[in-house]
Amino acid sequence: MMVCTLMEVTATSRHYVDRLFDPDPQNVLQGVIDMKNAVIGNNRQKANLIVLGAVPRLLYLLQQSSSSLELRTECAVVLGSLAMGTENNIKSLVDCHIIPALLQGLLCSDLIFIEACLRCLRTVFISPVTPVQLLYTDPTVIPHLMSLLSRSQHTQEYITQIFAHCCKTPEHQTVLFNHGAIQNIAPLLISPSFKVRMQALKCFSVLAYENAQVSMTLVNVLVDGEQLSQVFVRMMQRDKPIEMQLTAAKCLTYMCRAGAIRTDDNCIVLKTLPCLVRMCSKERLLEERVEGAETLAYLMEPDIELQRIASVTDHLVSMLADYFKYPSSVSAITDIKRLDHDLKHAHELRQAAFKLYASLGSNDEDIRKKITETENMMDRIVSGLSESSIKVRLAAVRCLHSLSRSVQQLRTSFHDHAVWKPLMKLLQNAPDEVLVMASSTLCNLLLEFSPSKEPILESGVIELLCSLTQSDSPALRVNGIWALMNMAFQADQKVKVEIVRALGTEQLFRLLSDPDTNVLMKTLGLLRNLLSTRPHIDQVMSSHGKQIMQAVTLILEGEHSIEVKEQTLCILANIADGNTAKELIMTNDDMLQKIKYYMGHSNVKLQLAATFCISNLIWNEEDGSQERQDKLRDMGFVDILHKLTQASDPNLCDRAKTAMQQYLA
Amino acid sequence: VHIFSQSHLCLVMYQVLKEAVCGLIAVSWLASRPIRIKQARNLSSSSPVVSDSARFSHWTLIESCPAKDSWQAVGIGGRNRIAMSGPSSGCGFLMSVVVHGDLALNEQEKELNQRLKRLYPAVNEQETPLPRSWSPKDKFSYIGLSQNNLRVHYKGHGKTPKDAASVRATHPIPAACGVYYFEVKIISKGRDGYMGIGLSAQGVNMNRLPGWDKHSYGYHGDDGHSFCSSGTGQPYGPTFTTGDVIGCCVNLINNTCFYTKNGHSLGIAFTDLPPNLYPTVGLQTPGEVVDANFGQHPFVFDIEDYMREWRTKIQAQIDRFPIGEREGEWQAMIQKMVASYLVHHSYCATAEAFAKSTDQAVHEELASIKNRQKIQKLVLSGRMGEAIETTQQLYPSLLERNQDLLFMLKVRQFIEMVNGTDSEVRCLGGRSPKSQDCYPGSPRLFNSPVHKASSSQTYQTGTAEVEMELDHFSNGVSESSSNGFLNGSSTHGIDLEECDGDMGEIIIWRQLCGGSQAAIERMIQFGRELQSMSEHLRRERGKNSANKKMLKDAFSLLAYSDPWSSPVGYQLDSIQREPVCSTLNSAILETHNLPKQPPLALSVGQAAQCLSLMARTGSGSCAFASVDDYLH
Repeated sequence: MMVCTLMEVTATSRHYVDRLFDPDPQNVLQGVIDMKNAVIGNNRQKANLIVLGAVPRLLYLLQQSSSSLELRTECAVVLGSLAMGTENNIKSLVDCHIIPALLQGLLCSDLIFIEACLRCLRTVFISPVTPVQLLYTDPTVIPHLMSLLSRSQHTQEYITQIFAHCCKTPEHQTVLFNHGAIQNIAPLLISPSFKVRMQALKCFSVLAYENAQVSMTLVNVLVDGEQLSQVFVRMMQRDKPIEMQLTAAKCLTYMCRAGAIRTDDNCIVLKTLPCLVRMCSKERLLEERVEGAETLAYLMEPDIELQRIASVTDHLVSMLADYFKYPSSVSAITDIKRLDHDLKHAHELRQAAFKLYASLGSNDEDIRKKITETENMMDRIVSGLSESSIKVRLAAVRCLHSLSRSVQQLRTSFHDHAVWKPLMKLLQNAPDEVLVMASSTLCNLLLEFSPSKEPILESGVIELLCSLTQSDSPALRVNGIWALMNMAFQADQKVKVEIVRALGTEQLFRLLSDPDTNVLMKTLGLLRNLLSTRPHIDQVMSSHGKQIMQAVTLILEGEHSIEVKEQTLCILANIADGNTAKELIMTNDDMLQKIKYYMGHSNVKLQLAATFCISNLIWNEEDGSQERQDKLRDMGFVDILHKLTQASDPNLCDRAKTAMQQYLA
Repeated sequence: VHIFSQSHLCLVMYQVLKEAVCGLIAVSWLASRPIRIKQARNLSSSSPVVSDSARFSHWTLIESCPAKDSWQAVGIGGRNRIAMSGPSSGCGFLMSVVVHGDLALNEQEKELNQRLKRLYPAVNEQETPLPRSWSPKDKFSYIGLSQNNLRVHYKGHGKTPKDAASVRATHPIPAACGVYYFEVKIISKGRDGYMGIGLSAQGVNMNRLPGWDKHSYGYHGDDGHSFCSSGTGQPYGPTFTTGDVIGCCVNLINNTCFYTKNGHSLGIAFTDLPPNLYPTVGLQTPGEVVDANFGQHPFVFDIEDYMREWRTKIQAQIDRFPIGEREGEWQAMIQKMVASYLVHHSYCATAEAFAKSTDQAVHEELASIKNRQKIQKLVLSGRMGEAIETTQQLYPSLLERNQDLLFMLKVRQFIEMVNGTDSEVRCLGGRSPKSQDCYPGSPRLFNSPVHKASSSQTYQTGTAEVEMELDHFSNGVSESSSNGFLNGSSTHGIDLEECDGDMGEIIIWRQLCGGSQAAIERMIQFGRELQSMSEHLRRERGKNSANKKMLKDAFSLLAYSDPWSSPVGYQLDSIQREPVCSTLNSAILETHNLPKQPPLALSVGQAAQCLSLMARTGSGSCAFASVDDYLH
């Protein structure tokens, strides 16, 4: 029976296709019109016609200049109908090269035909299966589309919708921008048609995203004598459709983040921010809540004042807690459809909430406290860290990272909830994106005052961190070495030895020549922490003295920033504090000359560090101090110290006086 | 689920109205077709039909009230509202408040009144005045007031919570506000900053901070907690101090309250609030000073935006109000209402066409409708003498039995004489009779729905759009116009512009009785007759203040050299013919045992009544459901 019906359908479909080949053009036209009526709302019929090869024939008829305009228009309409079927339909159409054919059709002068082509193009381009690049392959297409914007409300609606969907990269933004997208689309924001207004608005949101050039231009655009930002503000009024409010808020957010609008501008503080907070409320659809939270997180990320305002607006912090309640227990029992819907959005909701919490808590200690005091917050983060969805894991660790900037939270809630455990787990085999965040969080957890430091050490974290320092990603290398640096701060000899062993001197010196200054700084920091307290200094220097001295020489001779050199001189000062390690400097005249040079440097910080080093070398109570003092006097250090006692910087002056006293005693 | 279930009745009424009006517009378009055909058939004698359809369309598009005086009878202004736009309900009362004081104060009061009127248009201030300042009577003795009772300062010892003191506003918040808002600026936090801002019912102890007692609600500056009729607060918002502006918004639709700080909403603080709360502030330590803004200045928070949201919500609720299974009946009822309306106002050709197309019977003989139509036309064109005569001919006993009505008609006749439009003076004067047929309201009559519909039709033909498959937007966006694109929403504005051009020719000359000496003499003589009729009436039936005033106003016209621009000149406006016309029409209908008012006007009136009832019973949604909104 099934087969029978299927065959019947195929037979009738076959009939439709056959008629497209009729020699009489009038019959062909009638055939296309009948086909149009047959496919409306009938996905199976659409699929059949595609399988039977209707598309190439329709395209042929559409492109033939001998076809009547009416026939060509009807063909475009039928193709538009076919495109409204399944994704497979779209794929077939694209494979038949429908896009260039329709774009070619736009060159015709007949408006109705153009509208039919655009309509079909719109349907094809907004499908996720269509490669957006196809819009940009022919460089004449975009300017032609721009020129069609003035033709009718329909061309406006379809073209802006195509732009809004096909602008995915900075290159796309630039192409559209260079062809006058802003001047051409701005007037459409006050079109009488809602659809046109909405699509034009969407265009601006995708054009302005992370694009300073577009954003800067947008602020100066006037629409009917009114500034564009004010037009957007009006679109955020609370009686406007939610989609419009949300998209307008996005436009302003992107303009603000691109630096075109100040963060303390009223249109941001009093309009955009409250609008986005409203989008997070329970009354909104789940999709809207996700977008609202993500956009809000993006808006206030760099601005503490916006974070503070958002944190007290409409109970945002507790409102977000609701994002974790999907699927709700009610939906599971009562309504399968609802459950399905909830499940689909649950991950998105959670990651959006984590992102927003991360943004909220990135600067202000009080807000962090408020977040961690939200119901089950730490538990939610902990379970978020081990969720299957990467997006959620990433957002959860971002949130954790943001909260880990709080000394108080590190001491309390982080320890109580043993967040280090899932964090350590997350660090195994995670993608780079997650690793960066997780390792950065780990850095904070390894701070000296963090009670989590001990258990983390015991879990064998050193190997892991050492492997991070070998990563190709500079961010991971920084985090790895940074964590090691934190770990080595005031650590036991055992830990230090373990770090040096695990890292290996070779890797250590490779890091000292790392192209990334941050990596270099943290490596120097690690060295400095390793070289603290006298016994540790002597032990490390006795085994690695030669290499370290080489590295120090190299850096002091190289082209480095003041900070790097200062850090290096501090290492030298630490070495000078060792019992046996001192000799490595004293016997190195070249090094002593360098110290001398830096004592006379124009930068006070470097002078201070170098003086500190000398002061350690001539310290009285130690063995052999007399010889060292003599040698250094002979080298002219006393004169320099004497000069420095007159220095205008009080610290430097004090340091030099203390050093001079060693000679007097 | 239904926030305002008690107001369902109102919503039903609205639905009736809305549908009726939509129906009317659609129907007028439908009905215009047969009329046009008719017109084409007998071009020579079709004038009544033309003016008939024209008047009908005039109503539907201008959206003024059809049954002019009958609307007034149930309490809403309708067309009269437009005519006398100045002194409507609350305003007169407000003005009386502003008698004394310096100029600046006057300005501030004016701004306040304007803002309050804009924010709370549904509030009838004669019934429920809005808070404008703190009450010097309703406060604890430790509270001092200054600056027109807007500034509050603490003057007690402030040693313990027992020294707390509060003050209430002069009036409770009327429910008809829908959404009410006021702001308080902290001028000084004083010693400890124990300020509380909130609401309380009448009679709540004033030796306390708002929120501590039953029916009292507050948000306190020192700890940022909210106090909901309890001595212990709940963590609510941030703390506030000198320089901060704290706003308090009461939503009278869902009975909640939220606060704002420096223009930022802090979220819901209280739910299930009781009705009739007063704005209240409380202070507790020396040096604390706060200023209130009940609308004297622009608010820091954008309360109008919040109101817009609720207006949209309420209107969406009305739009979506379910008709249920009785949809068929519904349709029939609406058609009946429309038909009865048309008959009532004797738009007989349209009524006939409508009845035909909707399969209805007309309950009045066509001849009778036509008679009434004739009389109405006379009244509306200012030909009162003829109107009275015709009435006496067609309904011999009507005016005899109803002397007050006759008197009213005669007074109107007098006014029309002054105007130079009445038949008796017109034949003495020298005006072309043709132009007189067209009464000044009529230029708009060219702005007919026929025109509108046909233009939107041409817009459609030739487009392949209609035949195409509908768009499949997942988000379900629709055109802002509820009619969708079929009725191109932009046409409305164009139509209005078109009709403006015709306005110029209305008032061509303004001379007493049309400038004829004979006519003036006739008018004076008629005035004497009227005077004696009035005396006669008083002797027979006792004093009638309405009649007396009517006559006095009419005679006052003669006291001015240019009656048209005099304070009583409004009487000469053709709009004033409409209540007369309507009263006469109702009287005629009554003699036929037909209703005085058409059901449509009744339901409009009833909806308006429901709204004022809702206001009185505390249903805040009445604020966002003005009947007028649905007549547009």
